[in-house]
Amino acid sequence: MIIPHPLLGPRDAQEFTYLGDASMIQRPDGTAEGAEDALFNYVYMRDNPAGEHRELWYHEQGDRSWLVVTRNTVTHEITQVELARDVALALGCGA
Amino acid sequence: MRYSGFRVIREAVTGHKGWVPVWRDPEPQPSYDIVIVGGGGHGLATAHYLASRYGAARVAVIEKGWIGGGNVGRNTTIIRSNYMLDGNEPFYEMSLKLWEGLEQDLNYNAMVSQRGILNLCHSDGQRDAYRLRGNAMRLHGADAELLGPGEVRAMYPFLNFDDARFPIKGGLLQRRGGTVRHDAVAWGYARAADSRGVDIIQNCEVTGLRVEDGRVLGVDTSRGFIGAGKVGVAVAGNSSRVMAMAGLRLPIESHVLQAFVSEGLKPVLDGVITYGAGHFYVSQSDKGGLVFGGDIDGYNSYAQRGNLPTVEDVCEGGLSLMPMVGQARLLRMWGGIMDMSMDGSPIIDRTPVEGLYFNGGWCYGGFKATPASGLAFAHLLATDTPHETATAYRLDRFRNGRMIDEKGMGATPNLH
Ligand SMILES: Cc1cc2nc3c(=O)[nH]c(=O)nc-3n(C[C@H](O)[C@H](O)[C@H](O)COP(=O)(O)OP(=O)(O)OC[C@H]3O[C@@H](n4cnc5c(N)ncnc54)[C@H](O)[C@@H]3O)c2cc1C
Repeated sequence: MIIPHPLLGPRDAQEFTYLGDASMIQRPDGTAEGAEDALFNYVYMRDNPAGEHRELWYHEQGDRSWLVVTRNTVTHEITQVELARDVALALGCGA
Repeated sequence: MRYSGFRVIREAVTGHKGWVPVWRDPEPQPSYDIVIVGGGGHGLATAHYLASRYGAARVAVIEKGWIGGGNVGRNTTIIRSNYMLDGNEPFYEMSLKLWEGLEQDLNYNAMVSQRGILNLCHSDGQRDAYRLRGNAMRLHGADAELLGPGEVRAMYPFLNFDDARFPIKGGLLQRRGGTVRHDAVAWGYARAADSRGVDIIQNCEVTGLRVEDGRVLGVDTSRGFIGAGKVGVAVAGNSSRVMAMAGLRLPIESHVLQAFVSEGLKPVLDGVITYGAGHFYVSQSDKGGLVFGGDIDGYNSYAQRGNLPTVEDVCEGGLSLMPMVGQARLLRMWGGIMDMSMDGSPIIDRTPVEGLYFNGGWCYGGFKATPASGLAFAHLLATDTPHETATAYRLDRFRNGRMIDEKGMGATPNLH
């Protein structure tokens, strides 16, 4: 697979390590009401779709940026790549 | 029809005209007591044990493709019971015992070959870990022997013993481990279940689980609705998709694992070897091909095919362990979809939906589990209580902190 890095252009997927579902960007507040349930779902439960999947890849052998890659899990086709930083800021995470 | 040596001879002299189809091809009935979704090894074994040990009468196995087309026909055929944790080892040891009597139970030659599995170690720390594992296995009644480098050299002189980085310091040998012909497992269980009246319905995809007031009523399929008192789902890599039909989310990710076969060679390897410094395992099939594999590709996938970096990685592992494989050509490779669970261990349990039961999360190690998984799932379906060897395989263990994490990797499915 070739991942089109938003800053570096097309890069071999071999340069990256994979974390999983991009929903992991939104870590629940551990002190909020119902946190136990929210954290259980966050840590252990996954949609695991066949089809479009937004997922976190880390450019370990490159510029060390985290990316959110939108990829089809049936065809492996990649349709969108964003810097995870931008995604997180847009979601209001990491403040 | 009973198979026997006598039968083979009789058919040979009468022109092989007496053989009959090994299982029927029935039309689905309007309803069954128990419907099993997924005609892989686990679904078929479940049906066999339901019919043969629990006296279940109206049972169907519903398979979207053909039986044996999933992981049961795609794996590298290794069986073993070299687990360490209490939640796992009794279950896998029971499985190995069931393998040992399988062919007599099924009256089918599954080519169960206890040729031994040797896990190599390359450092003192790794040897200590294997000693711990070996002792845990023996405490649960399994066999395990710790070998020194000399004993390993006597068995497999061609290995790369004196590698500067990863010298071979010994290994953990389970002599009762080995290989089984995977297709024959699917066919043998199918034939045995069919002979006891189980309907095996192929080319029939389950498209919906019908649930009313928290209770399952049956399955919608590409061939119409089929009612069921109980539904048992055993669909391996498709677990999340099928359980989502009942609104359930699982602690599972689907990942692709590749397998490889070399061209046919003269006999060079009479057991199973796993490399301790890279992820590589290899055996030689009776046709002569080296059958080998390594890590999963590492990203979510439903594609049943992998990518080249993993091919390279697996072949590098093989070359560094047994340099002679560099002479052999790769003949075939393929992929299968693994139901990777969050702790690397399986789930055999009831679900919040009444009458709906789940069997999955087998990761890359569910072939060896086939007989025990079938028996434990049949037990659960028939009695509503977990089998004594499968009490830890609960769906809610992730919520309760009772994970069974052999590798200690945490909630990272692609590292188990
Ligand atoms: C390359 C590879 C190597 C492996 N090596 C080993 C090994 O050496 N040792 C070991 O112990 N394990 C190994 N495994 C793992 C093992 O093969 C699996 O864990 C095990 O086979 C899974 O159980 P199963 O046989 O029931 O799965 P499957 O054979 O995949 O059965 C599931 C069935 O469900 C069907 N299905 C899915 N969705 C639906 C639906 N909606 N409706 C109807 N039917 C449906 C599928 O078509 C499939 O036939 C390996 C796997 C792979 C891919």
